[in-house]
Amino acid sequence: MGIVVRDIYKRFGGFIAVDGVSFDVREGELVALLGPSGSGKSTILRIIAGLEIPDRGEIYLKRENVTALSPRQRKVGFVFQHYALFKHMTVEKNIAFGLEVQKRKRKDIEEKVRELIRLVKLEGYEGHYPSQLSGGQRQRVALARTLATEPSVLLLDEPFGALDAKVRDNLAKWLKELHVKLNITSVFVTHDQNEAIEISDKIVVINRGKVEQIGTAKDVYEHPNSKFVASFIGNVNVVDAVIKNGLIFIKDTDFEIIDRDIDVSVDRDIVLLVRPEDILVEKDSKQEGFPCMIQDVHYRGSFYEFNLCMGDTYIRSVKDKDDFLGKKWEKNQKAFVVFKQYKIFDASEGHWEIREKLRQLGYIE
Amino acid sequence: MKDNDVCIRPIRKQSHFIEYTLTFSVIIWFIILVMAPVYGILREVIRNGAGIFIDSISSPAAIHSFKLTFWITVTAIFINTIFGVMLALVFVKQDFRGKIFLEGLVDLPFAVSPVVAGFMFIMLFGPNGWLGSWFGSYNIKIIYALPGMVIATLFVTLPFVAREVMPVLAEYGIEQEEAAYILGASKWQTFWKVTLPSIKWGLVYGITLTFARSIGEFGAVLVVSGSIINKTQTATLHIHQQFTDFNYAGAFTASLILAVLSFSILIIMKCVYKRKEKGYRWA
Ligand SMILES: Nc1ncnc2c1ncn2[C@@H]1O[C@H](COP(=O)(O)OP(=O)(O)OP(=O)(O)O)[C@@H](O)[C@H]1O
Ligand SMILES: [Mg+2]
Repeated sequence: MGIVVRDIYKRFGGFIAVDGVSFDVREGELVALLGPSGSGKSTILRIIAGLEIPDRGEIYLKRENVTALSPRQRKVGFVFQHYALFKHMTVEKNIAFGLEVQKRKRKDIEEKVRELIRLVKLEGYEGHYPSQLSGGQRQRVALARTLATEPSVLLLDEPFGALDAKVRDNLAKWLKELHVKLNITSVFVTHDQNEAIEISDKIVVINRGKVEQIGTAKDVYEHPNSKFVASFIGNVNVVDAVIKNGLIFIKDTDFEIIDRDIDVSVDRDIVLLVRPEDILVEKDSKQEGFPCMIQDVHYRGSFYEFNLCMGDTYIRSVKDKDDFLGKKWEKNQKAFVVFKQYKIFDASEGHWEIREKLRQLGYIE
Repeated sequence: MKDNDVCIRPIRKQSHFIEYTLTFSVIIWFIILVMAPVYGILREVIRNGAGIFIDSISSPAAIHSFKLTFWITVTAIFINTIFGVMLALVFVKQDFRGKIFLEGLVDLPFAVSPVVAGFMFIMLFGPNGWLGSWFGSYNIKIIYALPGMVIATLFVTLPFVAREVMPVLAEYGIEQEEAAYILGASKWQTFWKVTLPSIKWGLVYGITLTFARSIGEFGAVLVVSGSIINKTQTATLHIHQQFTDFNYAGAFTASLILAVLSFSILIIMKCVYKRKEKGYRWA
């Protein structure tokens, strides 16, 4: 086992940030800690690194119990969310820092730094200061600095969080390649489910300081074992609906939803959670589609993203590129949507309260 | 393009007028307040001839007073730099009860008149004072002696380094230090390689202020020293003495030297600021 986290607790004042978390990371694995903001991901990572001392529980690195060791002694690599580069040092000096404090031979240091600069593709930037670099370049310097000491495990706190989408995608793919190349046991924190799905071998879903589910991206996506996981992974749409006289309508419209599994005997408000990929967008209403208006269509590389508007309800849908070809989708065009799958939340308190409740549960961000 | 030019010109003219007026008033004010006294000293010294200048400055009392000022200043800078950095580290990085109260206390030397501060030390370290009698029993003299003068100078210059370093430390945060620990640096290495370079300019500025204040300190030192010629008379006390003895030439030459020193400090400070600005761009 590369990393073993055993039943750790951490409270800040009266607030329990980490509440009995356990998980394992196998040698050479790339694991994502995925969860909403404030769920305790950073705290868990900092506990593994030794920057935070858990109130209870143990951390093992390579079978050794390191719970009582200082960050220095653990020999882990940690990449901070905001890079934490040494501002007064050049790129070269930053990367060499870990080796210099170990008093390695000058020649070895120079060689290693050169090698790392090549690895992170920063040739020509050796003499630059962090303030002269772009966000992505800074992140790569941070990574090189961490890799210089050849840590046995690599911990990354939202490594691409502060970057814009384009750079983030590239860097995420690059990190994955790097991980394959170096095969270093790694844990990275993210609140972006796509990032987690795309590059991790295993996902640990965290919610309110607890582990919700552990599994491969496929497991977690297709077989969520809790409502939270089901909705957190894959950006759900929230659609308000009402049950009236034994029929289900989307709120403020006369679009009817046919569902035999719902008890329609009592009039009440309900909320539907629909994943973007469970929404079918059609040009004409072959099936029982709801009429809607296309607000805009975004190109997303491998797929297209639709923003649609049904009455007063805005929803997001995705469509494969192949599916898209040959058809002309335009702004302000009429279309029809079908919900292939959805979850229903029942409440007598009204839409607003149930949305609040879903938000607290972490269903919607 | 043409249209733009037409639009911009009148606005420029107006702002120029305001700029000139401002600059002019500042220069006048500066001349009245700063340049005139300096010129006054300079003129006085020149009028009396270089001979008197050399004589008055090479008198044993004058030399002794400057030496004394020098050593007190060096000691004050040394101790308050270390202590000021420690204070800043504790206040910014540590959390403890009563921190706000203590932090307010750091500014006390700014609020208390130096003369009052001097009397506080007389009360404390004087022959009948609480600590003074204890030191006295070991035959250590604090008041009317060098230790008292150093303590008084330390007191009045205490806030400078601490106050300059604190905001810089707070701005830099803790992440860089955490990064250093994780990369295997010891606390000591982290301090020298990460913390200190990041507070460098605040520290330099704080030291400059400490220096300026130390060589110029009068009130507190006057009270605790007793101004004994050739013993506890610093440069400023020497000037005061010369002046009250109607030995204007001596007073003026000594003043000129202090003024030149202060001016050099200002120049140094200016350079520091220049480099600091550059430093911000580069680091
Ligand atoms: N030093 C601290 N003192 C007090 N509370 C803290 C401290 N560090 C974290 N917390 C609290 O613990 C909770 C979890 O914080 P943590 O930083 O681990 O969340 P996170 O999952 O990383 O969130 P994000 O995605 O926003 O970074 C938060 O509610 C935070 O307010
Ligand atoms: Mg975080």
